[in-house]
Amino acid sequence: MSSNAAASTMGTVNGFLEWFGDLGLFFWQVLRAAVTPPFEFRELFLQLDEIGSKSLPLVALAGAATGVVLSMESRYSLTRFGAKSLLPAAIVFSVIHETGPIITGLVVSGRVGAGIGAELASMKVTEQIDAIEASAVNPYRLLAATRILACILMLPLLTLCADLCGVFMGWVTQAVVEPLSLHQFINNGFNGADFNDFLPPTFKTCVFGLIIGLIACFQGMRTQGGAAGVGRAATSSVVLSSLFVILADVVLVKVILVFFP
Amino acid sequence: MNTVQPIAYQAGRLIPALATDEVTPAVAVKDLHKSFGSQKVLDGIGLTVMPGETLAVLGRSGTGKSVSLRIIIGLEKPDSGSVRIQGKEIKALGMDELGEVRKNMGFLFQHAALYDSLTVEQNVAFPLLHHKKEMSKAEQHERVRQLLADVGMEKHMQKMPADLSGGMQKRVGLARALALDPEILLLDEPTAGLDPISSGEIDELVLKLQQEHQMASIVVTHDLHSAKTIANRLALLDKGKVVIEGTFDELQQSDIGFVKDFLKHS
Repeated sequence: MSSNAAASTMGTVNGFLEWFGDLGLFFWQVLRAAVTPPFEFRELFLQLDEIGSKSLPLVALAGAATGVVLSMESRYSLTRFGAKSLLPAAIVFSVIHETGPIITGLVVSGRVGAGIGAELASMKVTEQIDAIEASAVNPYRLLAATRILACILMLPLLTLCADLCGVFMGWVTQAVVEPLSLHQFINNGFNGADFNDFLPPTFKTCVFGLIIGLIACFQGMRTQGGAAGVGRAATSSVVLSSLFVILADVVLVKVILVFFP
Repeated sequence: MNTVQPIAYQAGRLIPALATDEVTPAVAVKDLHKSFGSQKVLDGIGLTVMPGETLAVLGRSGTGKSVSLRIIIGLEKPDSGSVRIQGKEIKALGMDELGEVRKNMGFLFQHAALYDSLTVEQNVAFPLLHHKKEMSKAEQHERVRQLLADVGMEKHMQKMPADLSGGMQKRVGLARALALDPEILLLDEPTAGLDPISSGEIDELVLKLQQEHQMASIVVTHDLHSAKTIANRLALLDKGKVVIEGTFDELQQSDIGFVKDFLKHS
């Protein structure tokens, strides 16, 4: 019984390490393809549109909803402790420091991760990726590098949008309960804030973009097993990229606190 | 350089490239081994195809016919053995170096493998867009139109692959495989899953294209009739080995039990 459990644990650990090894090799192949010509600009622009523009409404909505919730929750807590005047700063700092970036990362990993995972998996099981390779085109360059780069470039922009919507809806929610001009809200909210409060949390989403693009492309391009395999690839792309975005956030928050105290 | 003594006439047809004294084989496969886990698929096969020649690879399902074709174009890595394309060993090549070799090869997949988000025209234009950047849009369009006309699909340029029958998809796949005017053509089950009339049409088409373009071709098939029609030589595979290689007449005269059985049931 105990030897079975040990063997099963060893199997899981081996599988985990093997997955990481394969992911590392995949990343290396993509990196090598990405920095050597010919560059696939046409596909990159298509992916910037697919990943950026088409995620914008969802990210804006998620950012706005977060602003509303933060405003309501913070108002209740701060009023209770007699610090109601800090409400604009609490909303602004929460949104730009943490909720904006992480909500954007999770929304994009859901929408884009599933999309890339399913699309590439479907291409893999129908031999379309083999056909690209047989046409003397490098699929790592055409399919993976373009999608990963588009994720890296679009995540900070989408985060800005989520931040903007969050702060604006935070003000709307506040203004509904107690009249306060937007100018006053922004002045109070950003009082004492500098670029260190804004730039590192926004640009940490480049790492989220790398994680989402890399994992979704990897899971998609290694798919096996027909329609069931495509389903598994889409699901695992979302689950793994969301999980790794959250884990990366833990590390990045600590790194940002060390370098931008 | 790996060279063999050529035979100018095979299966009653003159192969122009073989009419000289020494010619580098278009494809030379030697002692190829491949296993998937514990399952041995290829057990030391060797095949040679000369420029302008067509070799049909026959055999039962699971004998490694398609795997050998995928190894020849570099989609699978062999466990051991050698694959030379026009004298160049491809086993150790990286993705981009292999790409250079592949520009000279066309591959028709068993299920055509058309890009389902692109139209028929865009599918055939795909290799041109990536490798013939010097061509203007008008030249590319004309080349695609000509390729599709060659396979009888000119009227379906704007259709999506999902709107085509299996036979039509194979025709488009063939046009795409010929887009870069390759010297080597690999066909994986070109008539599988087609009705007898469509199979015959595909055979005639392949034969016509081979005669026009003088390519070296390897055709993997179950269909003995098709193999007899389009190939100069036939190789019969069993359990990952080449059991016999020769003309159809040589196969018919063979005393090997498996060969007799295969011909009897085909």
